[in-house]
Amino acid sequence: MDNLLWIFVSALLVNNFVLTYFLGLCPFLGVSNSLETSARLGLATTFVMLVTAVCAWLLNTYVLVHAPYLRLISFIVVIASTVQFIEMLIKKLSPALFRAMGIFLPLITTNCAILGLAIFATNRGYGFWEGIIYALGAGIGFTLALVLLAGLREEAELSDVPALLKGTAMNLIIAGILSLAFMGFAGLFSTT
Amino acid sequence: MKQNVSREEFLKGIWRDNPVFAQVLGMCPMLAVTNSAINAVAMGMATFFVLVGSSFLVSTFRHVIPKQVRISCFIIIIATFVTIADYTLLALVPGVHKELGAFIPLIVANCLILGRQEAFASRYPTKLAVMDAMGMASGFLLALFSLGAVREILGDGALFGFKLFGENFEPWVIMILPPGGFLTLGVILLFFNWFKTKKDEFLEDVAAAQRSEG
Repeated sequence: MDNLLWIFVSALLVNNFVLTYFLGLCPFLGVSNSLETSARLGLATTFVMLVTAVCAWLLNTYVLVHAPYLRLISFIVVIASTVQFIEMLIKKLSPALFRAMGIFLPLITTNCAILGLAIFATNRGYGFWEGIIYALGAGIGFTLALVLLAGLREEAELSDVPALLKGTAMNLIIAGILSLAFMGFAGLFSTT
Repeated sequence: MKQNVSREEFLKGIWRDNPVFAQVLGMCPMLAVTNSAINAVAMGMATFFVLVGSSFLVSTFRHVIPKQVRISCFIIIIATFVTIADYTLLALVPGVHKELGAFIPLIVANCLILGRQEAFASRYPTKLAVMDAMGMASGFLLALFSLGAVREILGDGALFGFKLFGENFEPWVIMILPPGGFLTLGVILLFFNWFKTKKDEFLEDVAAAQRSEG
């Protein structure tokens, strides 16, 4: 139980996917201009992460023991088809939600946080439950970072920033400061 | 003329359309592995190989790949090359491979590579596509190297592992930790913006001077 809790908090705060592993930076810098869309994208990503974790575990346990060199190709195919499948499912079940998600849904395929999650979970030899908890922590951590940056950017829109600094340069510097703040969590589990 | 076209495709990737500084693509590997110059160069070489290889294949088969499933085809081609690069690095330089760790497989999800396949390689003849890929990959390598060198010099007082300063150098450790990556890239982008604004102003001045003379 302690172990599961540790995996969750570690993925959520200490080793936040965006701010310490630099995964999923494209959506992090690309769509973090409003709070609402970033929260929605974060939730969708968390969901895909959960499904991917289960699929990666199945693949690792039953298929890839026989052919480890196919790991990368099979993971990416699984992720692409999961996203495609979820897209069709949401379209069928709730057209309103589908419209709200828009272009972000297919873009999740090229989010390296998802592939990174599958690879990290494999490298560390996580079991079924550990994998799910890890995916949950990573997904919520991703959402947290995205929402934080979006909030800061919305504030920055209203302030008087030098024209040269506007855009990506400023977002990167804001992200750097956020990442500094998250380093404070590093001592959280020093005993384990 | 033909020579000029392919040279233009090569050169644009290095400076004008530099994938990192001008287009802000491929950020994840860009920041994650640039804590030392040697890691940055290894990553750049791996990306170079994958990008050129997959551009060559995609462009050669561009009439065969059905339009509806092209993204999946691109991804599988890219994943194949990444697997080759992964195992090659493991065999040749196990130390660097260990440091780069999960970021080699993650080249698959580098949006720069998929972006070039979709925007260029799937539309142009093989020779141009390869030139374009080589230019983009060199630009990416250049960006990786400059970021890696700055971070290693500031954070470790060394370049490629050779100490540059004397005993009394106090390393700025934050630069090789994650926040340093964000901050350094932010500052480099700032310089790039500044340079571009200055250049535009200069060109406008020249044009105005020519008009007044004429």
